[in-house]
Amino acid sequence: MIAMFSHPFIQHAFLAGTAIALLSGLVGYFVVLRGQVFAGDALSHVAYAGALAALAAGVDLRLGLFAATIAVGVALGLLGGRGVADDVVIGTVFAWVLGLGVFFLALYTAHGSTGNGAANVNVLFGSIFGISFGAAVVAALIAAGLIAVLLMIARPLLFASIDPVVAAARGVPVRLLGPLFLGIVGASAAEASQAVGALLLFGLLAAPAAAAQRLTDRPWPALALSGGLAVGAMWLGLWVSYVVPQLPPSFAIMSVAAAEYALAAIRPRLLATHAHRVDDTP
Amino acid sequence: MNLVEDVRLLLSYPFMVNALRAGTIVAVVAGAIGYFMVLRRESFAGHTLAVIGFPGAAGATWLGINAAFGYFGFCIAGALVIAAIPARHGGHSEESAAIGTVQAMALAAGFLFVSLYKGFLSGLNSLLFGTIIGVTDDQVVVLAVAGGACLLVLVAMARPLLFVSIDPAVAAARGVPVRLVNGAFLILLGVAAAGTSQVTGSLLVFALLVAPAATATRLTASPAVGVLISVAVAVLVTLIGEAIAYFSPYPIGFWVTSLAFGCYLLATGYRAIADRTRVRTA
Amino acid sequence: MTGTVAAEQDVVSLDRVATTVGGRTIWSQVSLRVRAGEFVAVLGPNGVGKSTLLKTVLGLQPATEGEVRVLGERPGRRNARVGYLPQRRAFDAGARIRGVDVVRLGLDGDRWGTPLPALLRGRRGRATRDRVREVIGLVGAASYAHRPIGQCSGGEQQRLLIAQALVRSPELLVLDEPLDSLDVTSQASVSALIRSVCRSLRVAVLMVAHDVNPILPSLDRVIYLAHGGAVMGTPDEVITADTLTMLYGTPIDVLRDRNGRLVVVGQPDTPPDHREQRS
Repeated sequence: MIAMFSHPFIQHAFLAGTAIALLSGLVGYFVVLRGQVFAGDALSHVAYAGALAALAAGVDLRLGLFAATIAVGVALGLLGGRGVADDVVIGTVFAWVLGLGVFFLALYTAHGSTGNGAANVNVLFGSIFGISFGAAVVAALIAAGLIAVLLMIARPLLFASIDPVVAAARGVPVRLLGPLFLGIVGASAAEASQAVGALLLFGLLAAPAAAAQRLTDRPWPALALSGGLAVGAMWLGLWVSYVVPQLPPSFAIMSVAAAEYALAAIRPRLLATHAHRVDDTP
Repeated sequence: MNLVEDVRLLLSYPFMVNALRAGTIVAVVAGAIGYFMVLRRESFAGHTLAVIGFPGAAGATWLGINAAFGYFGFCIAGALVIAAIPARHGGHSEESAAIGTVQAMALAAGFLFVSLYKGFLSGLNSLLFGTIIGVTDDQVVVLAVAGGACLLVLVAMARPLLFVSIDPAVAAARGVPVRLVNGAFLILLGVAAAGTSQVTGSLLVFALLVAPAATATRLTASPAVGVLISVAVAVLVTLIGEAIAYFSPYPIGFWVTSLAFGCYLLATGYRAIADRTRVRTA
Repeated sequence: MTGTVAAEQDVVSLDRVATTVGGRTIWSQVSLRVRAGEFVAVLGPNGVGKSTLLKTVLGLQPATEGEVRVLGERPGRRNARVGYLPQRRAFDAGARIRGVDVVRLGLDGDRWGTPLPALLRGRRGRATRDRVREVIGLVGAASYAHRPIGQCSGGEQQRLLIAQALVRSPELLVLDEPLDSLDVTSQASVSALIRSVCRSLRVAVLMVAHDVNPILPSLDRVIYLAHGGAVMGTPDEVITADTLTMLYGTPIDVLRDRNGRLVVVGQPDTPPDHREQRS
């Protein structure tokens, strides 16, 4: 296994992947807690359209990717989303956004650049084994920054998510935290799509977090567990994909994450049983 | 630009004729089934079933079978599974996380099959976003048979279905077999999703399953009229979309979603204006 | 740091206060005094603005006339010393959070950052843990505080929420219809809990109630809001046929049934187009 790390592409993948996975796990915990999984789905479509718009415009695809996801994330937050808006409206709008993405793809293809098919696949399903050192470093730094911000607002965010009325009475800026958080989710979606692609990123946001919440009721251990499970899925997925090259990395990573959730869902909650001692608090 | 000439040109190509035939059949089924789906607030189920069809189609292609069988097989199997699972008490956000994970896993699996089948990467876009080329005669036949059967069953159970959709408790008390009706509808939905996927691609079924139905509900409250409008809008959007796609460099997925979304916006706008100019009774 | 209230200083005082919401004056000329350790109920028909009164005390709703003082300051400034239980907070059955965590949030949920794991927290962490345990014991919720709160019954959830409101040792407890969705037995036990907290901890309680009966034995004073104005005094003074008739401008009877419960008869319904902003 050590031999694996002698390859630069593996080093880059692990560098970017670990940071991105940790970010997804931590952000995903709050996404599932707040019942905003639909936002992850919507943002994945936006990520696709944004990336392809950037490519069609001839700029770095990350510009379009991040700009679109952060803007739409904040907008969703301002509209006050606990899934309050109609399923139908949201679904229709974001299906159209995906259609827009295909439009931009056609624009991009029309310029006759070679390897267009590859670019499309990379945006859809990720390209973590192809990431350059520079891009990996940037991704890791961005992820680290987002993680820092998230940890800073974690406690009031938890309060605002569980108990918004009392939190507001206690001075927590609930109205501000909503859009801020969804902006962070947008940026995380953009990050994750570099690793596993736009179509699979919300699986990485949802599955480890849902697994963690099945395994324990204590919020802070669950948060840490969510991050850990996501990183575990990334590491195991990357390793499996390295050993079995026929398996695309995003498939392997997603499979591990889904397996984590499946296992957590069917086994009884072992970690909760030791919380019956009266003096136990996180 | 002579319209009649263009239409004649269109109809001179067998592949285009097939595409139009397939599109019409699919649109009629999608419009009808979609109306009930929107009524029952099961849009997410329709989308999930369509996404589940993707690995079916990709796997079938990899194994050398007609993709249509893959679509139908997986969509109907998915419908059976969903129908068999009892309603969960885990709460709404848990449910979304589970659905999200299933969708992501299905997409990942489909991607795996596509990558395994060397040289099929170009087919990926057709499976995901639809295509107007490559619709075979066999496919049209299968669609016609499946679609016809679907519509027959729908007509047969239209009244109990409506009853159960609007007022399940009273329907059950009257002796309507609620579980059977719900399960049967899910299977019809699976068929509709599988068929629609072959025109719009797995990711864009909302355009035909949801948007026309949503448009209809904005314009009328009567189910009979609603179904007719839904079907009409779906057929119009599909035929016009396919025709434009032939002449334009932009893909069918973009046109169908844009036209459908446009209809929905128009209907919503009309409703808003109509409501405002009407005298309100307290 | 404890801001002890001198025996004679009011915890809450309203002086001829009026509040306007959306251009409509909800109530006016309301004067109210709550002293340390007093149990005061806010009564009145639906839609008269009882919740709005609480929000004014909390600083969530500005007063348009008159003066409001809470713990000697403008409302909202000393909210760290006020425990608040808003109306009808039922947790989603699937909410994956324990009662003990909800109580803990009442202690430090508004502080930025992420709490360190238990091992690293040292003395302050232990103090936090002890305080949470103490207040949960106080409300009698120890046996179910570790369950996901969505799985607790209505009465159990209310006890935990009262614990959350108490965890920072407030001097004032503001409760908005805490007995609202509870069955009769739970109503009695939660009322008894509130009374014992009020007496033993010398916490002033300002509570909106729909039905005065469960809390009548514990009340020091009552403020009765009606569209004609407001009346404050002891229950015996206020809940009488004469006082209420004057307040409503229409004949009201106050009867006692065989169990000694007060029944108010003839109270007019609120007019159909009057709607309180319940948010």
